[in-house]
Amino acid sequence: MAGPLSLTERPTGPKTDDVALSRRRVRPWRVVAGTVLAVVAVLLVHFLVTNPRLEWDVVGEYLFDPSVLSGLGTTVWLAVAATVIGSVLGALLAAAQMSQFPPVRWAATLYIGVFRGIPPLVQLIFWFNLAYLVPRISLGIPFGPEFASWDANEVITPVTAAVIGLSLVESAYLAEIIRGGLLGVEQGQRDAARAMGFTPGQTFFRVVLPQAMRVIIPPGGSQFISVLKGTALVSVIAMADLLHSVQVVYNRTYEIVPMLIVACLWYLAVVTLFTIGQRWLERHFSRGHTTGGLTRRPKKTSHGVSV
Amino acid sequence: MTGEPALRVRGIRKNFGDHVALDGVDLDVADGEVVTVIGPSGSGKSTLIRCVHQLETIDSGAIYLDDELLGHERHRGALRPLGTRRVAAQRSRMSMVFQQFHLIPHFTVLRNITEAPVRVHGRPRQEAEAEARELLERVGLADRADHYPRQLSGGQQQRVAIARAVAARPRVMLFDEPTSALDPELVDEVLAVMRQLAAEGMTMVVVTHEIAFAREVADRCVFMEAGRIVESGRPDDMFTNPRTTRLRSFLARHRDSLATPQEHVS
Repeated sequence: MAGPLSLTERPTGPKTDDVALSRRRVRPWRVVAGTVLAVVAVLLVHFLVTNPRLEWDVVGEYLFDPSVLSGLGTTVWLAVAATVIGSVLGALLAAAQMSQFPPVRWAATLYIGVFRGIPPLVQLIFWFNLAYLVPRISLGIPFGPEFASWDANEVITPVTAAVIGLSLVESAYLAEIIRGGLLGVEQGQRDAARAMGFTPGQTFFRVVLPQAMRVIIPPGGSQFISVLKGTALVSVIAMADLLHSVQVVYNRTYEIVPMLIVACLWYLAVVTLFTIGQRWLERHFSRGHTTGGLTRRPKKTSHGVSV
Repeated sequence: MTGEPALRVRGIRKNFGDHVALDGVDLDVADGEVVTVIGPSGSGKSTLIRCVHQLETIDSGAIYLDDELLGHERHRGALRPLGTRRVAAQRSRMSMVFQQFHLIPHFTVLRNITEAPVRVHGRPRQEAEAEARELLERVGLADRADHYPRQLSGGQQQRVAIARAVAARPRVMLFDEPTSALDPELVDEVLAVMRQLAAEGMTMVVVTHEIAFAREVADRCVFMEAGRIVESGRPDDMFTNPRTTRLRSFLARHRDSLATPQEHVS
């Protein structure tokens, strides 16, 4: 019977093909690339295993040396401190850049321009030598009475110079990242929050920021990794970070290569660890942003109804 | 529908740069009244209710909710703008339903509805959740409480948005083209919920392109063009017997949707 054409009906007519029965296609460039990669890998392993100058026994000996571990600790807390302080300052700067009051915007733009524009190494040395420019640091009313004052030479140690220098650089970069994240939240979300009677603070912290975090976390994580490696700069102002601690050893023993390998292994280990943490954060802040089966696990309510 | 109006709009003007969005608008909305606002795109309908909800500031005129001036206070004999917290408190007495729903994506459906009652109105969470579940029941989404907004269809999201707006126990509900972003087959489920609210005596101002709905549900209809109210009155009079040529030509353009006013009654 010649009824209307149905999609579920098996088509009749000449014999049809079935692509499921096709063979795999040979892809010659993949064979070439695979071979090259394999050869490079073998060469690399061969080099790492057979080159005596790598002195793996020395690497093993110093990998968990207390001075190295203490340097690693310094590197990590310095990076964390710079990121935390930089995030707070950066958030304020981002807010300032979006201010309705132009002078505040100009000031923020100038700040970001200066601290992003000067190499961090130069800034660190500058802060370390602050005592020359400002011999005494005092707290008081500008041009008025002074409540307390300190000798800048005592205040500006390698630690404070490093924290200040790295935090200021970080704040400038993070300000741009945070601003980008905040601009990425659609205006309608702010409207909805305000329409619900939220105060500006509630609107920002409950509605806007959690959504901005989705956009902020990936570049923010890269920024953290970048400052973690950037802490190596503080070795020039004699702060005992990871690089400085291995330098102290090889200046004594001349085992330069194995000690640098010790530092490399630790940098890689920490960066890998934080990358994993970053993935977890990304997942956390993307909740509700997928249309898939990502529902919250069923929750027992006070009525005993499981929804 | 007697006594003092719930909402009074007096001679408000609003410019966006050189563009005059509102050019002196007066509007009274009585307690329990449903006012629908129609008019061509860019006529200032949405701007009007966004100004009422203080999402936009007005350049002149005044808006009163239950005789309280919105957005300004008297200070040393002159008016000055209110602080942001006071404005937020005034906003919390009205609700708005947006064209694009604007549910908060990282909150579940339930949390979207309970957030304002708990955070703004200080109600106990348990009580707010119980009420939210009742509201979800009423809009037919009881089984969606723990979903995230993105997992719902547009019509479902808009029904959640209406439940969210009702949960705040508003004095006046404002609707900004609530069905314009929906697929045609999803419009009716949203209109049905709004019809139900109107029948329950909610005071509503509805900006809409659904001409048939505007006629059917309204106690009073307002036609706007170029930032002014051109004509207003009882919908049946206005639609069968438009006094102005501008309304007549506007209705002519929408004749198709008016020809079958029963079409949307589900």
